[in-house]
Formats: sequence, structure tokens, C-alpha cells
Amino acid sequence: MNKTIIKVEQLRKDYYIGEVTVHALKRVDMEIREGDFVAIMGASGSGKSTMLNILGCLDKPTSGDYLLDGVNMGTLTKNQLAALRNNKLGFIFQSYNLLPRTTALENVELPLFYSTGIKPRERRERAMEALKKVGLAERFHHMPNQLSGGQQQRVAIARSLVNNPVVILADEATGNLDTRTSFEIMELLQELNSQGKTIVFVTHEPDIARFMTRNIIFRDGRIVKETEVTDRFDARELIKNLPVQDED
Amino acid sequence: MNYTNTIKIATNALKRNKFRAVLTMLGIIIGVGSVIGMLSIGEGSKKSIREQISGMGSNMIFVMPGSQQRGGVMMGNSSAKSLTLNDIERLEKESQYLSAISPQVSSSGQVVAGNKNWPTSMTGANDKFLEIRKYELKDGRMFTENEINSLAKVCIVGKTVSDTIFGKGADPVGQTIRFSNIPFKIIGILKEKGQNSMGQDQDNMILAPYTTVQRRLLAITHIQTIVASAVSEEKSEQAIAEIKTILRKQHKLKEGDDDDFTVRSQAELIQTLSSVSDMLTMLLGAIAGISLLVGGIGIMNIMFVSVTERTREIGLRMAVGGRGMDILVQFLIEAVMLSVLGGIIGILLGFLISYVAANLLSFPFVVMTQAIALSFLVCSAIGIFFGWYPARKAANLNPIDAIRYE
Repeated sequence: MNKTIIKVEQLRKDYYIGEVTVHALKRVDMEIREGDFVAIMGASGSGKSTMLNILGCLDKPTSGDYLLDGVNMGTLTKNQLAALRNNKLGFIFQSYNLLPRTTALENVELPLFYSTGIKPRERRERAMEALKKVGLAERFHHMPNQLSGGQQQRVAIARSLVNNPVVILADEATGNLDTRTSFEIMELLQELNSQGKTIVFVTHEPDIARFMTRNIIFRDGRIVKETEVTDRFDARELIKNLPVQDED
Repeated sequence: MNYTNTIKIATNALKRNKFRAVLTMLGIIIGVGSVIGMLSIGEGSKKSIREQISGMGSNMIFVMPGSQQRGGVMMGNSSAKSLTLNDIERLEKESQYLSAISPQVSSSGQVVAGNKNWPTSMTGANDKFLEIRKYELKDGRMFTENEINSLAKVCIVGKTVSDTIFGKGADPVGQTIRFSNIPFKIIGILKEKGQNSMGQDQDNMILAPYTTVQRRLLAITHIQTIVASAVSEEKSEQAIAEIKTILRKQHKLKEGDDDDFTVRSQAELIQTLSSVSDMLTMLLGAIAGISLLVGGIGIMNIMFVSVTERTREIGLRMAVGGRGMDILVQFLIEAVMLSVLGGIIGILLGFLISYVAANLLSFPFVVMTQAIALSFLVCSAIGIFFGWYPARKAANLNPIDAIRYE
């Protein structure tokens, strides 16, 4: 059995909107182990985004425990949470969130700016290495607007890798991309997963969820179903079978 | 916190928005430039007034007869005969703060030579006069003690008189002119001095021994004015006080009596005129200061816009590990860099303005170090003050809201 990376116990999150209390998460228990590639699925309002926010240490639960790599985040201060995000988490967003007018390399370097004790040269080397992993090493000096959507998302993935996090959190990472490019991104993520990276991927598309090893389905703030994916898609195979189209 | 990193981040952020950065700085550039420009122009004009006035004489002090009462009737100043040669003698003997004293009497009239004539005035004085009034001889010599004592009919002419009577550039020394029908032998010519700050031609004059003017022209025994030089500009006030004490004693005025003479100094004149230009400088400086303030508000404005526009960037920075403090410092550094860089360019612009103005208006080019130091301080303060609020707003953003901000 692999080491537990994320352990969530009796997690509750309430929002107070005026006098109405919204129970976004109702006593959720969840466990993610090293090497997992988990899809968190559900319709809008099911609580999956709230879950991701808490997993990403961007939001605090109302009650319950969340242990990330053995650290109980409920006991940490704001600044300690920031440090935790910096050291242990990597984020990939639906809209890439790259800094405009900033080269790919500098975008990838960004998390390292907030880490302590990293020299400029090491920063540069590690960012280059991460770009190599996503296959964009030769485009390091390109600005985001000179890159396609898929390439931008690759830069974002490189950015999430650069600080060598224990888990990568992806929020609808293929939501803005066409099918082929989505598959290419999934191919990259599957490859990273096969190298041992733990990935939590929030999506509402069942097709995309089939690239992962495990699916957790939320509804009304509860986990309603948890399945191991048996007929897993292999992205590389699927891309081969796609009809040939003009490359951009 | 790692400040080098934060500074790098802030510089990168500014570099990404060069055009906007320049526009933002423009307010500060113009503000600082005009503050420095205006203050230097003010200071330059003050200095030029000062130079012109001190060109009139060296630390000059005038003593004029004051108003007198005769049986309750106030008599005008000019009719007063309260100053005499005895006063001068006494001043020469007792004063410590005066380096030179001369009586001054003058008579206006027509000067005639050959078929030319010209209206001018003849000033009678002693041999110290040139030193006190900063005149110099171009040619010839000053009259002697002997000539003063003997009421000699000799004179020294100014350039204007010489030019009009004898033609431009002619050497009049040795010639004879008639003034109020009395022939005078010219023994010297004065160097050109030009107009004074009131627009009077200082070269339209004839200088003669005061005894000659007093007795032969005016037929008086009193003197119209005493001119003197204080030993230094700083000692002017002591010199005035001293003159007053000596003259009151000499004129046997009782305590409580009004002075029957008036003492004015060049320093006072400088002060009066400088205070006018000081006020102008202040006015100009205040207007420029307002434009600097507007520039500062411009920075705040842009920083606010920039915080809103970059909400997602801020969210992202927080998500990848930036703390509130990091964000705050980043935005603060951006604001300070904008204002300080703008300030530096503004200072250069200010130099340019003052240099051009100094040349156009023929002022001395004055560089005011205090103005530069002040505007630099003001700039940094503006950066911090107007940058703080938007920076705090950025730092207090909720990362979840920030990153999903559309």
C-alpha cells in the first residue's frame, strides 16, 4: 500500500450568505495515496470546487481534519499555509493563469520566487527542466500570447511541477481545450502519473475522468460514489486513432 | 522575506507594462520638474535682483534729511537742511561700521560744449564716491583733496554724457564743458555701468567735487544726502543703528524726538525687492506642488486600476505560495519605483527648465539642492503613501476569489 498523501476526515464546510447557511461539504471522508490519479467529479454546486479549494489550502474547513503529507492544515497560520502551497502543492487552472507579457520560462519560475533559499541560477535551471518535461524547452522565451492553448496549459503544468510538489491539483484543466489538445494534456498527465506524481483532477466530463485511476463523485456536498476505473483510457492510443487534422 | 526576489518581481511587473509605467510617471515627472523649475526660476530672479542692486554700490547706506516740524507745520523731506558737513565729520570720526562716507549734492541742468547740449545732472561728492557707488574710472583721474578744498571747476563725466556731447568713443579728457554756465574741465571719464534695476541710466551723470556743486551751483551749505558703505553686508544693520545714534547726538535730539533724518540701506532695498520675488517663488512653487500632488494621485489611481486588473495575477501568486506580505511589498515597491524613477527624470527635467529659463530671461542659473532633496523626499513619500492603500487592498484579497476573478 502506498503512503497516504491526503487524508480528509469528517470535513464540513458551511457558507453563510446573509441568514442562510449553505452546507457545501457535509462530513466528507476521503483518502488519496501516493501515485493516485484521482478525478473529483460532480455537477455544479456538488461541492467539488469547495473540496478543491480546501485541498489546495486556499480555504479552511468549518470543521473536520485535513492532513496533507502528514501535516494538519487546520493548525496552520495564513503564512504557513502559503508556504505549504509553495512547497507541497502544484496548481493547474482551467484558464491557465499565466502572467501576460512574461516568457514561459519566467512563468514557470514564479513559484520559486516565493521559496526561500533558491539562487537565480538554480531557479532558472529548475524551470528549464520542468519545461523540458512538458516538451516546451525550445519555447522558453515565448510569451503566452505566442503559444497555443495547449502549449499554455503545458507551461502551467510545468509551473505546477517546478517546486516538486507532493500533489498536483488540476481544476478543469482541459475545460478550455479541444478534444485533441485535451488528450495531449491527458497524455502528459498520465506520463507524469506513471512517473509517480499524485494528481487530483476536478472535472465534470465523464470522458476525461476515464483517463484517471480512480473517480470520486460528489453530489450535494457528499461523496456518493467512489470507483476504481477499470477500462482506463490510454491517451497515447486515443490520439493515434483520432482523425488526422491540420496542426496549428 | 526575500527582498531581492520581491524587488525582481516588482521590476518584472513594471517592465511588462512599460507604457503604462511611463504614463504613470508622467504626472510625477511634470510635478517634480515644475517644482524644481519654478523654485530655481524664483531663486534665479532673486539673485539677479540682488546682483543688480549690489551693483549700485557696495553695502550702501543713504542718509537723507527727514521731515522737520516748524511751529507745528510738517515740512517736506527735500526742503530739509538738517544734514551738514559736520555730520559727516562726526560720522567719520566715530563710526566703526562704515568704511567710506561721502556727502552727495546734485544739481540738474544742461551741459553744453560746442554746438551740442544735453540735460543731465551734476553730482557733487568727495573722493570716496567711486568706491561707495561702485563706479570705476575708464580714463583720467579722480579729483584730489586739494581740488575739493579749492572748489575746483573740474569734473568727471559718465559715458552717456561723453557720447552725446563728444560723439561715441571720443576721449573727452582735457576738454571743457559748461554746466549751468560754469565751465568745467573734464579730468576723467567713468566706465559704463548701464541701467540700474529701476531703469535709470547710471551713466548719465557728471561728477564734481561736492564743494563746487554746493557753493558754485546750488549756493547752499547743507548737504542733500550722505552716502556711505558699511564694512560688510552683514554689518549693515549695525551701521544703520550706529549712524542713527551718532546723528541724534550730533543733532542734539532729545529722547522721544523724531529723527530729523532717514537712513536707508541697500540691504533693505534688496530685502524689499527679494520679498516680492520670494512671494512669487512661493506662489509658483505652490502651483507646482499641486501638480506634484496630482501626479501622486495619478500613481494611486493607476495602482488601484492595476490591482483590479491584476486580481487574477495576485490570486495566482498567492496560490503558488505568495503571502499577503509579499504581495503588499511587491505593489508598494512598484509604486515607490514609479515615483522615485519619475522623480529622478523630473529632477532632470527641472534642470532643463531652469537652464532654459535662465538663458531666456538672462538670470543666473541656480541649482537648488534643497529643492532637489525636497522633491526627492516628496516623491518617495508619495510613492509610499499613495501606493500603500492599493497595495493593502491587493494583499487582503481572498486568493480563491482573486484567482477566479473574471
